Amino acid sequence: MKSKTGIMKVKDNFDIWDFVQKNSIWLIFVICIVFFSIMTPNFLRVRNITNIFLQSSFIGIMSIGMTYLMIDGNFDLSMGSIMALSAVLVIGFMDYGIPVAVLLSLLAGSAIGALNGLFVTKAGINAFIVTLGSMLGVRGLVYIYTGERALVSSELAFSEISAASVGPIPLPVLIFLIMLILGELVLRYTSHGRGCYAIGGNYEAAVNAGIKVDKHIIINFILAGFTAALAGILMASRMNAATPTLGMEDHMIVITAVVLGGTKLDGGFGNLIRTLGGVLVIGMIRNGMNLLNVHSYVNMLIMGLILISVVYMDQKFDPLEE
Amino acid sequence: MGSSVKTESNLKDSSSKKINFAEIIKRHGILFVFLLMIIGISLRTDSFLTQNNMLLVLRQVSVKGIIACGMTYMLIGGEFDLSVGSLVSLTAVLVIDFHDILGPFAAIIIAILAGISVGAFNGFLVGFLKLNSLIVTFGMLFVIQALTLLYTGGQYVSVSNQGATWFSIIGRGFIFGIPIPVIIFGIILIIFGVVLSKTVYGRYLYSVGGNPIASKFSGIPKTYITFSTFIITGLTAAIGGIILGSRLMSAQNYLGQGYEFDIITAVVLGGTSLFGGSGSIPKTLIGVLILGFLSNGFIMMGFPYYVQWVVQWAILIGAVWMDVASKRGKILA
Repeated sequence: MKSKTGIMKVKDNFDIWDFVQKNSIWLIFVICIVFFSIMTPNFLRVRNITNIFLQSSFIGIMSIGMTYLMIDGNFDLSMGSIMALSAVLVIGFMDYGIPVAVLLSLLAGSAIGALNGLFVTKAGINAFIVTLGSMLGVRGLVYIYTGERALVSSELAFSEISAASVGPIPLPVLIFLIMLILGELVLRYTSHGRGCYAIGGNYEAAVNAGIKVDKHIIINFILAGFTAALAGILMASRMNAATPTLGMEDHMIVITAVVLGGTKLDGGFGNLIRTLGGVLVIGMIRNGMNLLNVHSYVNMLIMGLILISVVYMDQKFDPLEE
Repeated sequence: MGSSVKTESNLKDSSSKKINFAEIIKRHGILFVFLLMIIGISLRTDSFLTQNNMLLVLRQVSVKGIIACGMTYMLIGGEFDLSVGSLVSLTAVLVIDFHDILGPFAAIIIAILAGISVGAFNGFLVGFLKLNSLIVTFGMLFVIQALTLLYTGGQYVSVSNQGATWFSIIGRGFIFGIPIPVIIFGIILIIFGVVLSKTVYGRYLYSVGGNPIASKFSGIPKTYITFSTFIITGLTAAIGGIILGSRLMSAQNYLGQGYEFDIITAVVLGGTSLFGGSGSIPKTLIGVLILGFLSNGFIMMGFPYYVQWVVQWAILIGAVWMDVASKRGKILA
C-alpha cells in the first residue's frame, strides 16, 4: 500500500539514506556552486548571484504552477505560449493604463489555464494532448494578435516594475520568493495541498475518499496559466517589449527544473522548496555556461540531456514505495 | 501462438467491415466535417478542386504522411515520439552537407543511418530502460535540435552545383505525371499497411499497445517491439528529411520544427487512439489528407499560416474528445 503523501512518510520513520535521496537536489546544488566558482572567477560575486536570481525568477514563477500540476499528476506544455500571450497583451493594452493591461493579461493566462483544466477533467482528454494543442493554438493567437511583429511599449513606468528593487532584492525575485513561500504553505497546510498529493498519489483512492478531484486539477491548471502570465508580464516589463516568439523553449526548462527538484512525473510527491533548488541549479548552469563563453546551442543540448537523465533518476527512485 | 493473440480493437476493426450506416457516422464523423469543409472551400475559391491543386496537396503532405506512418506504429504500440521534427531537420542537413562531400548515394545512406541510430537511442531509453517516452523524446527534441545547430553553426547548407546531380529527382521529379514523393508515400503506405494488418509483427504491436499485461503473459517481447517502433519512426523521419532536402536542395536547422505536432494531430485525427492498441494505416492516410487539404484551403482563402494553428488546436481537441467520448459512451467524463 502506498502512503498518500510523501511528507507524512518522512515524519513517520526518519531514515538518513531516504533523506539524502529525497534531497539529492541540494547535493547537485553544492556541486554546481563549487564547479562554477572554480571555473569562473566572477561566479560568486554578489552582483552575479543577484543576476542568477533575477534570471531564474521568471522560470521560477512558472515552476510554482508546474509543481502544483505535477504533484496532482498532470503537466502543462503550453506555459511558454501563455507567457508570450500575456506579454503581447500587456504591451498591446498599455494605452488603457498599466493596471488594466496587467489585469487583462493575468485574466487571459488564467482563462487559457482554465480551458486546459476543463478539457482534461470534464472532457477527459490526456493532459499531454490538451496542452500540446494549446501550445500551438495559443501561439497562433499570439501571431494573429501581433501579426508576426514585435510590440514595443512607450510607457517607461511599465519597464520600472521589473527594474525596481526592495533593498538589494530585485522586485521579480521578491515576487518569486513570496509566491514560493505562500505556495509551500498552501501545499502543506491546506486541504487544497493535501488534495493535490492525494490525487497524484492514488487517483482512484482520492475519488473514493470524496475529494473533489476535478476542482483541484482545474485550480492547478488555472494556477499554471496565472504563473505563466505573471512571468510573461515581468518579462515584457524587463524588455518593455514583447516578441511573438517569446518563451519558445521555456516550458521545457520549467519541466526540467521541476523534475530536477525531485517532483515525481507521475505525481504524489514533491514540494516547492526542492523546486527552488531545481530552478537555481538550472539558473546557475545557464549563467555559468554564459560566463564560460559556451555557445547557447550547447546550453540547449545540456538542458535536453539533463531532462533525459532526470527522467531516468525519476524512474529508478520511487519515494512512495514502502 | 502469435496468431491467437487478438485484441479487442482488432476484432472491432474486422467486424466493422459490414456496412452499418449509423456506425460509420459515429466512427467517422470527422470525415463528414471534412467533406463539408471541402465543399465550403471550393465554393469560396476557384482553383481548389483542380487536378493540379490536388497533386500539389498530395506532394505537400507526402513528407509528413510518410512520418505519420511510423508514428501510427508508435501510437498503436502505446508510445510517443516528439523528436521526429528535429530528426527531419538533422537528416535533411546531413544529406545536403554530405552530398557535396561523398556524393548523393552515400549521403542518403548516412542520413538513413542517422535516423535509425537516433531512433535506436530513443528506443533504448524507452524500451530497455522503461523511461516515459513523452518526456524522453521531448528532451531528445532539444538535444537533436542543438546537435543540428552545432553541426551547421546556424548556417544554411546547400548543394553547390545543383544541375550536375540526380539527387533533386527524389523531391522534384515526376513519373507519369505523379510527383515522386507521392509515389514513395504510396509505397510506404502499402508496405506499412500490409505489415500492420497481415503479419505477426502487426498483431504483436496491437497487443503490446492494447493490453501490455496480457501480451506479457503471452510471451510477446514488448521491449523489442517498442524498440523496433522507435527505429521505424526514426527511419521514416530520415526518409522525410531526405525528400525535403532533395526538394529544396538546401537545408537549415529549423526545417522540421513543429512537424511532431502536425503528425500526431494527423494520426489522432484519423482515429488512432492515444492509449495504444487501435488504429490503422488507411485511417492515418485520411487524417493526413484532412490536414493537408485544410492547410491548402486556408492558404487559398488568403489566411496567414498561423491561423491554421488555432484551427488545428480545435481539431485536435475535437478529434480526441470524440475518441474518448465514444469509448466511455458519454460526452463528459
